[in-house]
Amino acid sequence: MSIRQISVFVENKKGSLVEITDTLAKENIDLRAMSIADTQDFGILRLIVSDTDKALSVLRSKNCIVTETAVVGVRLRNEPGALATVVKVLSEGDINVEYMYAFNGSTPHHAYLVLRVNDNDKVSELLLKEGIKCITQQQVSEI
Amino acid sequence: MAEKYWQKEIETASREEIKAIQDERLVKTVKHVFQNVEPYRKRMEEAGLTPDDIRGVEDLHKLPFTVKQDLRDYYPYGLFAVPTKDVVRLHASSGTTGKQIVVGYTRNDLDVWDDIAARQLCAVGADENDFVHVSYGYGLFTGGFGLHGGATKLGATAIPVSSGNTDRQVTILQDFGSTVLCCTPSYAMYIGETLKKKGVDPKSLSLKAGIFGAEPWTEEMRQQIQELLDIKAYDVYGLTEIMGPCVSYECSQQAGMHVNEDHFIIETINPDTGEVIPNGEVGELVFTCITKECCPFIRYRTRDIGVVNTEPCACGRTFVRMSKPMGRSDDMMIIRGVNVFPSQIETVLLKMGYSPNYKIYVDRVNNTDTLDVHVEMNEDMFSDTVSDIKKNEEKLEAELRSLLGISANVKLVAPNSIERSMGKAVRVEDKRKLLGGKK
Ligand SMILES: [Zn+2]
Repeated sequence: MSIRQISVFVENKKGSLVEITDTLAKENIDLRAMSIADTQDFGILRLIVSDTDKALSVLRSKNCIVTETAVVGVRLRNEPGALATVVKVLSEGDINVEYMYAFNGSTPHHAYLVLRVNDNDKVSELLLKEGIKCITQQQVSEI
Repeated sequence: MAEKYWQKEIETASREEIKAIQDERLVKTVKHVFQNVEPYRKRMEEAGLTPDDIRGVEDLHKLPFTVKQDLRDYYPYGLFAVPTKDVVRLHASSGTTGKQIVVGYTRNDLDVWDDIAARQLCAVGADENDFVHVSYGYGLFTGGFGLHGGATKLGATAIPVSSGNTDRQVTILQDFGSTVLCCTPSYAMYIGETLKKKGVDPKSLSLKAGIFGAEPWTEEMRQQIQELLDIKAYDVYGLTEIMGPCVSYECSQQAGMHVNEDHFIIETINPDTGEVIPNGEVGELVFTCITKECCPFIRYRTRDIGVVNTEPCACGRTFVRMSKPMGRSDDMMIIRGVNVFPSQIETVLLKMGYSPNYKIYVDRVNNTDTLDVHVEMNEDMFSDTVSDIKKNEEKLEAELRSLLGISANVKLVAPNSIERSMGKAVRVEDKRKLLGGKK
């Protein structure tokens, strides 16, 4: 089970980030989650949005360099130890995590985690065994 | 088909005859500029020279160079060697950077130009029966008028189509029966592609040859144009400062351009030291005009890097041949003692899947030259993980190092962030020059 993530190339320059978020806001595209990987020269802005196709075409029309990746979206109960369980499952399952980031939903009961791994289905199964549910793309728009 | 010549006697003269003509004309020209062009006289005096010191081609190297900046410094008429009442035509070139330059022609200058353009036309097999379709721009740019004058002098039928309106170009090619096409190689490609799009079979046209110049092109382009238009494509070289098109011209052999040595003396120099280097070695091409009356520039540095071939040519012409310019000496950088051309970097970028939009920054840090290449990111090379991007970047750096012989730092930048300019892009920023460290 996986959800769609958009990555955008951002130059380490003042204003590059705002330009991207402004562009999406103008098109009424909601940002569900956002994270930035930074290097000395450039950054990669990773986004989970309400309308992925629209966001991709809008960004491309603005000459942004984008790529789409299937990632795992994990729903966590907002309580102590929830994240620790996920980390434990991943480590015991010998899963190599490229990166992860968390975001909040609209209710205080749940938090969400985005995982970039190489086998999304395997990770979803391992987590489900521990009672941790992964979300579908459909659910992303309902968060 | 028998080789055609416009002025066979001189085009096939012995090397001794050519040398004698050059000696005599050089001596005369040096006297002319010394008497009539103040800046030339001053420079010769500064170099401790009088016209008597120049007795022939072997003394040419003693004379100071002329560079494009001189034409700007003495703009507009400061380097003219005749009073303006004798000037019958002006042409100008804006270049890609800086102030425009202007050159003048006397009636005799135009006559010489017509002759050398006629030589070019004959060399591609044209005669008075041909229809010469000139799609170079007519105007201050020398392309249109240059070939036009040659066609007229030859007695062929000149068709002054000028550039643009490709549909009309095609109609004229069809209706007027053009046999020789003169334009830039990229426009020839465009015309060829337009024919294809319109479903016009090039074999249905009367076109047999094309004379293409005024911009760099490759052998691959020559093959493509020959196929697209079903013609033989010939190279021509020239520059406004020396005359315009046809300073040198390709013959039936399509193997380098014969320099009109009875009007221009060609030298090859080391662009850094200005030293003359032997024929056959790569260097900056330098021309001296020996028959011009209005703008007889002495040792004009073209900034074009090329090589002079003195081997006899199967066409029977005895003028030396120059290669197609392989780059601009302005573009050549010396970094940590190694010669680097932007074109090399471009080749690597394309090969590795990056866009050819790049900018090169050269600097000197702690007495060591640094080379930074900014490259615009594209979707093919982008990934959601830093490690993938870095891996590609390292591969690119390794490839650059292996081709250039020195290491370069690559910086990936946003698309469209490198400035575009009409014509040639400014590819290099050499910060060492700002420090006055290097000329
Ligand atoms: Zn020849």
